[in-house]
Amino acid sequence: MSAIELNNVDISYGDSKVVHGVNLDIAEGESFALVGESGSGKSTILRAIAGLAPDWTGGISVLGRPRTHGIERRVARQVQMVFQDPYGSLHPRKTIDAALSEPLAINGVGNRGERVAAMLMAVGLDQRFRFRFPHQLSGGQRQRVAIARALMLEPKVLLLDEPTSALDVSVQAEILNLLKRLRREQGLTYLLVTHNLPVVSFLCDRLAVMRHGRIVEVADVALLKQGKLVEAYSQELLAATEGIVLVGTPS
Amino acid sequence: MANGAPPPSFPSRKGEGGAEPLLSVKNLRVSFPTHRGRVEVVKGISFSVGKERLGIVGESGSGKSMTGRSILKLIRKPGLVTADRMEFDGIDLLSQSEKQMRSIRGARISMVMQDPKFSLNPVMTVGEQIGEALVTHTRLPRREVNERIWAMLDSVRIDDPKRVAGLYPHEVSGGMGQRVMIAMMLIPEPELLIADEPTSALDVSVQAQVLDIIDDLVTTKGMGLILISHDLGLVSRYCDRILVMNSGVVVEECAAGELENASHPYTRGLLAAMPTINEQRDELPVLDRTQWAGT
Repeated sequence: MSAIELNNVDISYGDSKVVHGVNLDIAEGESFALVGESGSGKSTILRAIAGLAPDWTGGISVLGRPRTHGIERRVARQVQMVFQDPYGSLHPRKTIDAALSEPLAINGVGNRGERVAAMLMAVGLDQRFRFRFPHQLSGGQRQRVAIARALMLEPKVLLLDEPTSALDVSVQAEILNLLKRLRREQGLTYLLVTHNLPVVSFLCDRLAVMRHGRIVEVADVALLKQGKLVEAYSQELLAATEGIVLVGTPS
Repeated sequence: MANGAPPPSFPSRKGEGGAEPLLSVKNLRVSFPTHRGRVEVVKGISFSVGKERLGIVGESGSGKSMTGRSILKLIRKPGLVTADRMEFDGIDLLSQSEKQMRSIRGARISMVMQDPKFSLNPVMTVGEQIGEALVTHTRLPRREVNERIWAMLDSVRIDDPKRVAGLYPHEVSGGMGQRVMIAMMLIPEPELLIADEPTSALDVSVQAQVLDIIDDLVTTKGMGLILISHDLGLVSRYCDRILVMNSGVVVEECAAGELENASHPYTRGLLAAMPTINEQRDELPVLDRTQWAGT
C-alpha cells in the first residue's frame, strides 16, 4: 500500500498557484526526498499533505484513503510534521513535558506520563530535560524534542521539512542518525524536504527534484550517488553541491 | 590563485615576500558578563591576514563571529574586547576612538553579514544603500555616485542594475539581496573584507554564485578576505588558509588543501560528521563532546 499518493495536485496560496500537477506515490516504509531550491514548492507539498495548505485541487491519499482539505484527526494521528526551525517550532512558555503531552490529551490517549518518559528516551534525551523550557535547550536538543512531539501519536508517516538545516554539522549527524534509527525501529515512512543532497544520500531511498512548482525528475538514490541524474537541472543542483561539498584544493 | 597562496610552512605568518600582514591580532579575548561572572567567548587567539583568503570555521558558539566583529570593534558594552595587539595596516585598532573607527569601517575594512533580510534597511532603496557607503567616505558628484552604483551592481552580476537600484530590499530575492550587500561592502574598495556566513541564508545553487563573485572581486582587487563559516567544505574551497575554532580557541591551523590531513580530533570529527553525496556509511560518527569542554 502506498503511504502517500498525490494525484495531479495543484496547490495555491490565494491567487498564485505554486505547485502544478504533481504526481507522487510513496510506498509504506520508504524514505523519499523532495529537493530543489527555495520557492520550488517542496515545502508547500508537505503542508498540503499535513492539511496546512488547504487550497489544493487533485487528489491526496494518506495510507490508501483520500484526505479532505481541512485538518483531519485521522490524518494527524498517522502523519506528523517536523519543522525546519527548532527555535521557532516549540511553544516558548510550555515545558517539554507539556509540549509532548498535548497531542495525547487532544486525542484522548491515556498513560501520558509513561509515554512521554519513553519517548524522551527514544530520542536520546535525558529525563532531566522533561520539565525544562525550550530556551533552556540547545538547537540539537530542541530538534530532538520536535521529533519526539511528532512521534507521540505513533504516526506511520513523518513529514520532515529541512530538519537539520538550522543545525551544525556535528549536531546534524546526531539528528540524522536518530532519524535513521527511529525509522528502522518503528517502520516509519519519511517524506523529507531538503536542499542538501548529501543528507538525501544518507537518509533516503528515492528522490524527486522540483523546480518552479513542478517535479522535474524522480530517481533512485543510487543514481544520485553515482552522479547520474538525468535532467539538466538535477545535474546543475548536483554540480552546485559538489563544488561546495568536495574537500579539495582551491581552484 | 595569482595572489600567492601561502606555502604550508606555518607558522611563518608574516605575509609573502617579507611584507607586513594587513591585519595582525595577538591574544584576542572577548568576554561577556553573566550572573555567574564574566564568560570568555574568545580565549586568546592570534592570527594574521595578508592579501589572502583566510577561513575561520567552527560550530555555533565557537566564537568565530565574535572574532570577526571584534576586528571592527562592533562589540558593544557590556562585552569586553582585549588584545595584546590588534593592528591593521599600522593602525592600532584598539586605541581608535569611535569616530576614528568610523573612517575605517566600510572604507578600509568592511563586513558582509549573514542574512540580507535583516541587514538591509527596509525603507531605503537598494541604490541609496549602496551609495551611502560611498557618500559617507568620499565626496563625489551625484551623477558619478550613480554611475558607480550601477557599475558595482553590474560587477556582482545583477542584470539591469538601473532598475534594481530603485527597488526596496523586500522586492529582491535572497540571493540578490546578498549580492546587493556585497556590492554595498565593496563599493568603497576596502582592503579587507570580513564575510560572516555570507551564504548560509541562501540556496546551494545561489551559494556557489555568490561565493564566486566574492572570490572574483577579492582576487582581482587584491583584497584580504576573512571568510567565517560553519561549513568546512565551503571554506576549504574558497580559502587559502583555515583556522578551526572550538569554544573560543583556535584548535587547528592549516592550508586549505591540507584539510583532509587535519590532525586535531575536533577537526577530524567535523570532517567525518559531514555526509557525502556518495554516502555508504550506515551511521555518521558523532563528536564526543566530553573531550572538549564547552559548546
